[in-house]
Amino acid sequence: MKVKRASGRAWNELRKMKAKVGVVPNADGSAIFEFGDTVAIAAVYGPRKLHPQHMQDPATGILRVNYDLLSFSVADRKRPGPSRRSTEISKVTEWALAPAIDLEAFPNTVVDVQIYIIQADAGTRTAGINAASMALAHAGIPMRDLITSVAVGKIDEQIIVDVDKVEEDYEGGEGATDFPIAKLARSDEYTLLQLDGKIPPERFKEALDAADKACQEIYEFQKKALKEVGE
Amino acid sequence: MENEINEAHQESKEDSVSKKRKIVVPGEFIVKGEDFLPGDGAKREGDNVIADRYGLAEIAGRMIKVIPLSGAYVPRRGNVVLGRIIDVLFNGWLVDVDSAGNAFLPIDESPRFINRNEMDQFLAIGDVLAAKIWSIKGRGIDLTLKGRGLGKLDGGFVFRINPSRVPRVIGREGSMITLIKEKTGTNITVGQNGWIWIKGDNLDNEIKARNAIEFVADKVHVDGLTDKMEQWFSN
Amino acid sequence: MSSMDTSNLTREKLTAMFNEDKRFDGRKLLDMRDFEVEYGVSNMAEGSARVKMGKTEVIVGIKMGTGEPYPDSQDAGNLMVSGDLLPLASPRFESGPPKFPAIELPRLMDRMIRESGMIDLKKLVIKEGEKVWTVIVDIYPINDDGSLMDAASIGCVAALHNAKFPGLTEDDRADYKNRTDKKLPLSGETMPVSFTFYKLGDNLILNPTREEEEACDTKVTFGISKWNGKYMVNSCQKGEETVFKRAELERIMEILPGKYEDVMKKLKSYIK
Repeated sequence: MKVKRASGRAWNELRKMKAKVGVVPNADGSAIFEFGDTVAIAAVYGPRKLHPQHMQDPATGILRVNYDLLSFSVADRKRPGPSRRSTEISKVTEWALAPAIDLEAFPNTVVDVQIYIIQADAGTRTAGINAASMALAHAGIPMRDLITSVAVGKIDEQIIVDVDKVEEDYEGGEGATDFPIAKLARSDEYTLLQLDGKIPPERFKEALDAADKACQEIYEFQKKALKEVGE
Repeated sequence: MENEINEAHQESKEDSVSKKRKIVVPGEFIVKGEDFLPGDGAKREGDNVIADRYGLAEIAGRMIKVIPLSGAYVPRRGNVVLGRIIDVLFNGWLVDVDSAGNAFLPIDESPRFINRNEMDQFLAIGDVLAAKIWSIKGRGIDLTLKGRGLGKLDGGFVFRINPSRVPRVIGREGSMITLIKEKTGTNITVGQNGWIWIKGDNLDNEIKARNAIEFVADKVHVDGLTDKMEQWFSN
Repeated sequence: MSSMDTSNLTREKLTAMFNEDKRFDGRKLLDMRDFEVEYGVSNMAEGSARVKMGKTEVIVGIKMGTGEPYPDSQDAGNLMVSGDLLPLASPRFESGPPKFPAIELPRLMDRMIRESGMIDLKKLVIKEGEKVWTVIVDIYPINDDGSLMDAASIGCVAALHNAKFPGLTEDDRADYKNRTDKKLPLSGETMPVSFTFYKLGDNLILNPTREEEEACDTKVTFGISKWNGKYMVNSCQKGEETVFKRAELERIMEILPGKYEDVMKKLKSYIK
């Protein structure tokens, strides 16, 4: 490895994960998912009545996602209320989750997914997607598969897995690249693709390979947490 | 994972009545073989039967089902539900049954003739009733009061539990709910939507019946639940 | 909160139960629920706390920054209390512009904290008339099962006691990368806590669950603390259209100090 990670992790090493379902008793489904110091909580309500009525679709239920940072989840306090950033992430998260779920059995309804970041250390959208996917499953929504998400990246020329905040701000050589992806856990179909940074096209495959391997690990972790609903 | 499944398969071959259950996630492989029939919450993917939703996979003979552990109520035709009158219209009542669609009880579906001018004497806003779903279409659920045990609920009180926990509150052939009724001397109606009505001759028994139902509903695993309930009552 | 949300039956049953001093969870009418406090909700906050009270859960975070003093208080730092009823926490909370209850919660907590004098804002001055510390308290429910105010008040006190100043850069800005061990200038004695009473018919109940809140007609929340050895009511807000009678208020004033001591005993065990 040419560049050492500040955290001391190997290039393909995820941060310590934590996950638990049933964390919001009021919700139809809920989960918390952590990548190291990044903590995301998600709650699902529905299928329930969709207001206003003109938005209803008689052919299928609708998925609606809201993502936001809590004010104290970041060093410089985030002003309450939606921002351009949270609006964008809400939408790409919705697109990331939609391919897994099937709401045809619930026409005219909505399934609301609420994702909040309690503590942020980069990778908030990917942690949020992992939490939301588990919460949707926990809510009993028909799904083809779980959605699993991770940010791969690159610092200088080194591909890395699960980018943290220090790495996001890396400035040496080719700089930092953040490449959050999400996929259907059991197939090679991607549902979230975003990137900012510098990555040569011929290294895309390498990055996706790293992401696939990390997602396999995350998927096993999600499964384990969903099966650990004890008494 | 494979091993557990094979064992389950063998067991069900030996004894088609015995059931093996384990928690599965959506998309997870449950069993391999052309003979198996995917039921509720399961589907076929090539040779395999996989989970279509999260829950307890149950292999009963050839039938594979995934029983939900959580989630909102999904109305089905024939379900008895409890509801609350939210509006009285000219031709029937609008009922909240805690599901995504509005439920409607047409005046013709009341068990006896009701004069249109006296509808709110029969059922007024805020009243609670037990009704059966006789059709689901588009935006609406249609209810009927024609049937045994259906109608307005007088006295007692209503509370709600997670609808996915209704089967275990009822128990095999009603064993659990019968036990709770007997131990508390109360009358109980369980709606498939998770609303439960309790009426007894004194407050303490009514409160005890609710606490007993909540005890059962809070348990994730169902093994030996009747014994646990007996134990709960003896404490 | 309107009684429309609940069935006629449940309302009648709760009335009958309250008449016999009974509640579904085994409490008497004027019993609080027990609670637990945890810290370390967010390491990006200067202080934080999580309060679980029955199935109600609230998290509170403290952020600190530097700014200019308000024109009418040049010799004091700033306190701001904010929060939102996240649609995560209840099917009743909606996305979009904050509704009245989402505005009321932080406003009431602000008054309780400010008026109790638990924070010595004068000690938050960096350069008089120019630079002061601003302390921002953010309150979020994670699950609403009633009495959010009561849980939030405990969360606010715990989080404020948990907070430590960030560093200060040469140009008097907060330096979050070099945190200090210095705690906020708080009174050791004065810790305000709020108590919410709901009324159904002629019965008063303390610290209701969501089910009880829905069945009731009206509510009142009091913030109380101890100041120079004496109990002080610091804040109060009555809600809904039904009235409170004088005798009911006198009754509440009689029991408040005892309830306050009960909560304090537990809360102090969490505050180091």
